[in-house]
Amino acid sequence: MSLEEKLPGWKEIPIGGVPFKPSTEYKTGDWKVFKPVINYEKCTKCMFCHIYCPDGAIKIKEDGFPEPDYDFCKGCGICAEECPVKAIEMVKD
Amino acid sequence: MAEKLTLKDIAKKPDLLMPGHRLCAGCAAGTIVRLALKATRGPVILANATGCLEVATTIFPYSSWKVPWIHNAFENVAATASGIEAAFRAMKKANKGPLAKYEHIDVIAFAGDGGTYDIGFQALSGAFERGHDFLYILYDNEAYMNTGIQRSGGTPRCAWTTTSPAGKVIPGKREWKKPIARIAAEHEIPYVATASIAYPMDFVRKVRKGLEVEGPAFIHVLSPCTRGWRYPPEKTIKIAKLAVETCFFPLWEAEFKEGDIVYTLSSPSERIARKPELKKPIEEYLKLQGRFSHLFRPKKRDDLISEIQRWVDYEWKMILKRCGKL
Amino acid sequence: MQRNALLKLLKWLKISGVCKMEIKQILMGLNGDEAVAYAIKQVDPDVVAAYPITPQTIIVERFSEYVADGEVHTEFISVESEHSALSACVGAAAAGARAFTATAANGLALMWEILYIAASCRLPIVMAIVNRALSGPINIHPDHSDAMGARDSGWIQIFCENSQEAYDSTIQAWRIAEHPDVQLPVMVCLDGFVLGHTLENVMTLPDEVVKKFIGERKFVTVRNHFGKEVPFILDPENPITIGPLDLYDFYFEHKMQQIHAMENAPRVIEEVGKEYGKISGRTYGLVHPYKLEDAEIAIIGLGSTMGTAKIVVDRLREKGIKVGLLRIRSFRPFPAQQIIEHLKDKKVIGVLDRAASFGAYGGPLFNEVRNAFYDQDVKPLISNYIYGLGGRDMPPQRLMIIFEDLQKIMETKRIEKTVKYIGVRE
Repeated sequence: MSLEEKLPGWKEIPIGGVPFKPSTEYKTGDWKVFKPVINYEKCTKCMFCHIYCPDGAIKIKEDGFPEPDYDFCKGCGICAEECPVKAIEMVKD
Repeated sequence: MAEKLTLKDIAKKPDLLMPGHRLCAGCAAGTIVRLALKATRGPVILANATGCLEVATTIFPYSSWKVPWIHNAFENVAATASGIEAAFRAMKKANKGPLAKYEHIDVIAFAGDGGTYDIGFQALSGAFERGHDFLYILYDNEAYMNTGIQRSGGTPRCAWTTTSPAGKVIPGKREWKKPIARIAAEHEIPYVATASIAYPMDFVRKVRKGLEVEGPAFIHVLSPCTRGWRYPPEKTIKIAKLAVETCFFPLWEAEFKEGDIVYTLSSPSERIARKPELKKPIEEYLKLQGRFSHLFRPKKRDDLISEIQRWVDYEWKMILKRCGKL
Repeated sequence: MQRNALLKLLKWLKISGVCKMEIKQILMGLNGDEAVAYAIKQVDPDVVAAYPITPQTIIVERFSEYVADGEVHTEFISVESEHSALSACVGAAAAGARAFTATAANGLALMWEILYIAASCRLPIVMAIVNRALSGPINIHPDHSDAMGARDSGWIQIFCENSQEAYDSTIQAWRIAEHPDVQLPVMVCLDGFVLGHTLENVMTLPDEVVKKFIGERKFVTVRNHFGKEVPFILDPENPITIGPLDLYDFYFEHKMQQIHAMENAPRVIEEVGKEYGKISGRTYGLVHPYKLEDAEIAIIGLGSTMGTAKIVVDRLREKGIKVGLLRIRSFRPFPAQQIIEHLKDKKVIGVLDRAASFGAYGGPLFNEVRNAFYDQDVKPLISNYIYGLGGRDMPPQRLMIIFEDLQKIMETKRIEKTVKYIGVRE
């Protein structure tokens, strides 16, 4: 949130401290320095990248292939490290 | 009876933890929670102790949770979960109240080593003694990470932390790691297990088993921390695997059946029990982590490394004995 | 024979004013603890999580008997500490249950951090506090230091004069806490041993009347993080998140919401007190005046000592001395307006504190009362009397000392020493 954005007052927010925005509105994707790029020729659809990602930033598409969600990927590199066929490369963002 | 959960089933299930949380890049806790929630079998209510997970997923006004979730304080997640479980039971008994419409609700408590080994221990032990039907998942990053890497009861010997620094006289934490899972098992609760995310399906099946069991269940899962353990973030799963391969963190289950605590080794550790040559020396695990770097530089401390190896062997032998493998 | 006895009882009931109502109340001999336990039995909450501490133990013990006899559907959690007691109540109340606990002194001190959390989570938990001195040295006898330590926590605090009020207030507490304009936890305070363990006459309502009065718990709605307006409860169907991390950009706003709820509370306490009066014949408010109308001297205080003080007031009135008293029932929210209304034309006020605030200029109640009068053009002389710490008894003779001192102040128009300690040996 930028400083200029007007924040809601106490009459406008829910009581009891209940959060009112999903974290998907906060794009952690801008944290990354490197991003995963998948070589679909090598990919065996083992789905381990989707399993291991701490952010759930690799989704499995309808066709069974993984797809990184760059809005949320923090570039940790676990997917690339764990891919059994080295189909993921961490590339400078 | 646990239904067979496969990788395909798990991958298909939608994530109940949304991205956009502020856990560090490469934090095992994110993976742990995603997998644990994929193992759920119906409605759940989550209670979370103060810590990295709680703070990173609920920075107001954002929340990453797709399930009902409450954070109370640091040391009372077991008590909070007890209250939720009792509330549901009371409403079911009287068939009255907003939750009475559910056949069953799984209550899950998440806490770190801080909120479990130390400050949360009393509430944990009390909840076990009272026999509440809930699952307690301890994600152990072996220090009070959220407040800046201070030592906890779960910090291993010789590890550097900010309150047990590797100084000129004292080389890191002096004390050993409290055997929290064995302590939980000695409470004679129906189900206790240790897990590592390097073996995700093993973890998922254990979570499902913990949920299915009636009464308290406890799962101790190792949660490597790239910031506190000082290693590059992509190595998280490798470290979690080495912990098991060196028998630093053996994987087992303990069930209280017919008046006896029955220990069973899980297959990644059972393999090593069958073929001891597969057991890797602890040095391989220690040298990858910056928190143990003082054991290697400026001078290699074989005395301390062999001390740690002795402890690892001692713990491994104890588990083997209990599993009937010795 | 029995018919005569029944007729006598009915006549007594009619004379005592109770029988104006159609509701037949039952006279029971209960001590304060038992009165609270009986009220809770009639409320039949979903969860009671409590840890024993003298002088609250009878509440827990009596309630355990009701549970063991199947008279309530309550899940009784025998927690391993008071901290876990309130924590379990927070979990239960968040999950939509009615949750109750009881404690005293160090038990309240142990759950101190959770008090603030329960209030900020806006959970309508009801707790009975059997006032007892805080350690050390360890002392099991009554004073108000425990409740005073919690006065900033965001809980509503009701102080009871006798076991009858303990019973009545425990029932009203649910309506106050669960009111949509309030949504704050309530603590009902009664003096340990003096009220807690002393047998008194308590008129009790029938079960159905209590159940009808408190009704079912209703939930306010909140906007959750999926943009949906949902009930404020941990429900898998409509998930909400309770207890987030606040940074400096929102904490203040959250506290303003609590402040605003506390500002609504006086009205609600009075409304509930009036409604309760209609069914029981006993109406309750924020303050209870006694012979104040033409009084020149007044004392103001909390709890059972005000009951004893009524006798002293009567005795002095017989001598023609114009005295009265104002008993504060609701300490939080503090009824500043009402205190000013009742006491502004008095010449001298004695504020009785059964707790000391070390290092402060006078006791807690004294500070609030004096503060309330600051803006008045004509102020009474206000003098502070700290008494009864650690259960030091406050019989009529000691109260007489206070009234004599107040008379001297009225005559000399001066307060020699603003803060005095009554009943302590030098």
